[in-house]
Amino acid sequence: MRHFHKPLLVLLAAVFLAGAAPVTFPKVEPRPTFTFPRDHGAHPAFRTEWWYVTGWLKTQDGRDLGVQVTFFRSRTGLGAENPSRFAPQQILFAHAALSDPAIGHLVHDQRISRQGFGLAEAAMTDTAIVLDDWSLNREASGTFKTRVRSSDFDLDLTLDPTQPVLRQGLAGYSQKGPKPEQASYYFTLPHLRVTGTITQGGKRVPVTGEAWLDREWSSTLLDPRAVGWDWVGLNLDDGSALTAFQVRDKSGAPVWAGGSLRTSTGQTTVLGPGDVAFATRRTWHSPRTGTDYPVERSLTIKTPGGPRQWTLKPLMADSELDSRRGGGPVYWEGAVRTEGGRGFLELTGYLTPLSL
Amino acid sequence: MPADLPLRPVLLRWMVGGEWRAHPGRVIVAALAIAIGVALGYAVHLVNRSALDEFARAVQSVSGEADLQVHATQAAGFDEALYPKLARLPGIAHASPVVEVQATLPDRSQITLLGLDVFRAAQVTPGLIGRPAGNPGQGLRDMALGEDAIYLSQSALLASKTPFGQPLTLSTAKGHYAARLAGTLPGLGPNRRVAVMDIATAQWRFGTPGRLQRIDLALRPGVSLARLEDDIRKVLPPDAELVTPKSEARRSDSLSRAYRVNLEMLAMVALLTGGFLVYSAQSLSVARRRSQFALLRVLGLSQRGLLTQILLEGFAVGVIGALGGLLLGLGLATAALQLLGGDLGGGFFAGSRPELSFDPLATGVFLGLGLAVAMAGSLWPALEAGKVQPAVALKTSGDTVDPRHRPSLVWPMILLGAGGLAALAPPILDLPLFGYGAMALTLAGGIGAMPWLARTLLSPLNRLNNLLPAPYLAIRRLWGAPGQAAVALCGIVASTSLMVAMAIMVSSFRGSVDDWLVQLLPSDVYLRVAGAETGGLDPTAQARLAALPGLARIQFRRSLTLRLSHDQPPITLIATPIDRQNPGRSLTLVRQARAPTGSQVPVWVSEPMSRLYHVKSGDTFVLPLGGKTHRVFVAGVWRDYSRPFGAVAMDAVAYTRMTGDTGRSEAAIDLKPGVAAAGVLPVLRAALPADLADRTDLALPKDLRRMALTIFDRSFAMTYALEAIAILVGMAGVAATFSAQTLARTREFGMLRHIGVTRGQVLAMLALEGGLLGAVGSLAGLALGAVMGQILIQVINPQSFNWTMDTRWPFTLFGLLVAALITAAAGTAVLAGRSALSGDAIRSVREDW
Repeated sequence: MRHFHKPLLVLLAAVFLAGAAPVTFPKVEPRPTFTFPRDHGAHPAFRTEWWYVTGWLKTQDGRDLGVQVTFFRSRTGLGAENPSRFAPQQILFAHAALSDPAIGHLVHDQRISRQGFGLAEAAMTDTAIVLDDWSLNREASGTFKTRVRSSDFDLDLTLDPTQPVLRQGLAGYSQKGPKPEQASYYFTLPHLRVTGTITQGGKRVPVTGEAWLDREWSSTLLDPRAVGWDWVGLNLDDGSALTAFQVRDKSGAPVWAGGSLRTSTGQTTVLGPGDVAFATRRTWHSPRTGTDYPVERSLTIKTPGGPRQWTLKPLMADSELDSRRGGGPVYWEGAVRTEGGRGFLELTGYLTPLSL
Repeated sequence: MPADLPLRPVLLRWMVGGEWRAHPGRVIVAALAIAIGVALGYAVHLVNRSALDEFARAVQSVSGEADLQVHATQAAGFDEALYPKLARLPGIAHASPVVEVQATLPDRSQITLLGLDVFRAAQVTPGLIGRPAGNPGQGLRDMALGEDAIYLSQSALLASKTPFGQPLTLSTAKGHYAARLAGTLPGLGPNRRVAVMDIATAQWRFGTPGRLQRIDLALRPGVSLARLEDDIRKVLPPDAELVTPKSEARRSDSLSRAYRVNLEMLAMVALLTGGFLVYSAQSLSVARRRSQFALLRVLGLSQRGLLTQILLEGFAVGVIGALGGLLLGLGLATAALQLLGGDLGGGFFAGSRPELSFDPLATGVFLGLGLAVAMAGSLWPALEAGKVQPAVALKTSGDTVDPRHRPSLVWPMILLGAGGLAALAPPILDLPLFGYGAMALTLAGGIGAMPWLARTLLSPLNRLNNLLPAPYLAIRRLWGAPGQAAVALCGIVASTSLMVAMAIMVSSFRGSVDDWLVQLLPSDVYLRVAGAETGGLDPTAQARLAALPGLARIQFRRSLTLRLSHDQPPITLIATPIDRQNPGRSLTLVRQARAPTGSQVPVWVSEPMSRLYHVKSGDTFVLPLGGKTHRVFVAGVWRDYSRPFGAVAMDAVAYTRMTGDTGRSEAAIDLKPGVAAAGVLPVLRAALPADLADRTDLALPKDLRRMALTIFDRSFAMTYALEAIAILVGMAGVAATFSAQTLARTREFGMLRHIGVTRGQVLAMLALEGGLLGAVGSLAGLALGAVMGQILIQVINPQSFNWTMDTRWPFTLFGLLVAALITAAAGTAVLAGRSALSGDAIRSVREDW
């Protein structure tokens, strides 16, 4: 349920819409049937889609790092009749961020291009995305490989699934607003075993760790009342996976909420509005933007076995991203620890409401 | 030997001050001559430099900040498949594909339209990204998105007269498209005429499917440029070339280099003439003060001291002249930039109005040149003054040259011979530096030969007896004072020969251009679609035009620019029906090769093309066209004055076979006998495709000829002006010399009056002297000028502009010139004589004794 994750992309899509020719985007229907590996690939008819990797890495000398690598695809609705191969029908965007407590703030980089010429492509048959010198590929064995080159760090990671696909919402139909069309197709690969290398300052070091891959595609927008959202995905040490999110209105009250909890045995509890409650334990004040982020949360969910609670503590309080120069928003996204588990937390819409 | 006089500063002040107070006019004229020479040279240099800087800025701003660029060699562009190949090269950080076309705004002004992929351009050329009106900072987003959004540079915005958000129609050879004016291009200078829009729209609406005109490249830091350039060249197709900032600078430099250097050389001629004026002023003042100098020498001033003294006088004149010249040059340059534009009327940088860029180095150089010329002008008189025996000089102030001594021809002949050899030398750095050397040597040799020539011409006259008193006195005087006669002659010869040489060159050039235009435009009506390097008249439109009543014949033509070398301006390729057996019917051939054999395609190259690319009749060379390379055979060379960077003509059928391009941009139309052109023009216009009609010009040959000659005169206006100034300076020098010499002869006139010569007879003597000198000088100047004119025509023009011309002698002008010079020389002498004779004869004789 990461529809809203990349505010930049959503904004981009919204503006694209403004001047767009009337193009019909397919609607997200309940009870989808996913076929693999096809649904690991792109669904270019839909407006937006992403491959979203978050994870914790450990270097040989025992340092903890948070890492996030995301590939977005956006159908603009433009250039449908334009015979030029440059017609901007599909835009690919990729973003990678590294949380290194030794640095103390996020380092990140991005790539963006219109699809085409083999320089920016997202295959429809399986995960095979290339965007200049960045890529994400799924091999026949099911292993994902990603490569990121940036000014501050390079990543070469192998992600091995240890669990079957987790379909979010109703068998992969994930509602994100009060209206049924405010929804996305959404599945997750939690507990990915990570091996690979990270290069910082010209030094390449081996890393291991655990990651989480979200796959989501949709054509819809946020509910008009929404100003932002909180999202968390946790790989718990007992092998279970917890997803929770809430969409907030101006007053901070949830417009919608949802998530899931899957145990290591595969038992899945689907969470809806009223099943998820975030409470703030500590806020962090950004000296750069003046925003206050609730970076330490307690999360309570309702399960059939009664309510359960987790405390979310950030690896690095300063995990703010200011992408206003590229036309994007200001948000917080970072690695979090919890009792018996680790994951990623995202907080958006705390400085200004997301204008959609 | 007496000790050196210890009073030098006082002495200097005393002597210079006294001389200047006594003859301020002479000092002013000499300083003015230096000032004019320095001013002209400096102004031409400043304007050229400003224009080049402006041009570099223009190139820079259209290119953005790219490290390297790949350009299409012709407007049709190259295959876009090159883009991913380049983007993947290891040394390249980012590659930004660009569609570049020339478009016209509704007011018919030209504009460079760039189609960019904003995501790529943001990495390579951020300065080319537009800013949406009223929404600063959102450029990237809006540009990516507004399919129809267009961004204009400031001057284009003014020309468009369109409010933001409103449609703006752009036309190219492909047709019209109404874009939405979305904002401005703040990254571009105010003088640029550039529009930027999305690459996909630009390619679809204005460009060619699948083709790009440019790829801008940003390099990874620390990459080896030489190796990367090799890697890039390996993947380049024949219709693309690698351009570096350096090669682009060379290209823009060679665009107008010959023109600029020629102007500088003319300015130098003016400066040298100024130097001659210093020489004549100084030698006169030295001659007049010979007894003063002798007195100083007797009082103890050393020979070196005297030399220094006179050189310092020259230096003082030089300082005043050079400083004044720099100021004047600055003013002239500013005015020229305002009035003529950066190319001084040469037409190389159309539409630019550059800012004046100050150049400290050049300022120093021109200051130094002014000083050097002034000092050099003083050197000869100084040496002469030093040589004189003080005891002799104290008594007499007559001519120092012994009239019985026969002048030698050795040095003049050596100089003339060296000039002849220099004229045969090839150009250096594509500039006729030896040619100018040959001009200077010929001039120097000619002037050096003057004493001998005067002697030779006067000796039969000198033997005549039974003459009337006035002619007798005049001839005796010239015979007896050869040194003074030589000084006067030098001035006349120098200015006459330069004037004659220029007159021969210009009249030959203009005549050749006029002939060429007549040969070039044999048809009745000419049609041209503006900016149609691609597209233009398709076969349907061609057929419709050809079927019009009243037309005897219509020949269609494609004319496009093609880059053959990465540091030369593009050449023009012309595809037109050419009869292989009789190519002279379509081209003004100057040389023809044997009929081409085999499968090689024959082409005919223009003279500049032949010289710039070293291809002769009968050669073959590789022509990149239509994405392939073709080995073509040079079947002939034709005269072309309108495309100085070269042109290749080929038969239209071969062109279409090689490129698949059936569109045409021009047509030459012959009418049936009795059909009036005026009646056909509206019919032709009505038959044009609607989207091309408003960008098509129809013209009659007489209008085209007039237009071409107007352009010719405009581009030569600066040359004429500089030459006229050089000549005027020379003439002023002659006049000053004559009057000074005459005024210095007051004593002589008094003596003549004393022994019974009438005032009228003295004046007649002066008139005859002047007339004789004028006649000898102008005839010698004519002969010398004819030689120098041939150097201009046969050496300097071919070497700097790569074209030849047929010599034409402007005899009427010569006649007028000789008459004017004789009259001026005689008249000046008489005028000065009248004032010299105004005093009482006895007092005149007593003066100075």
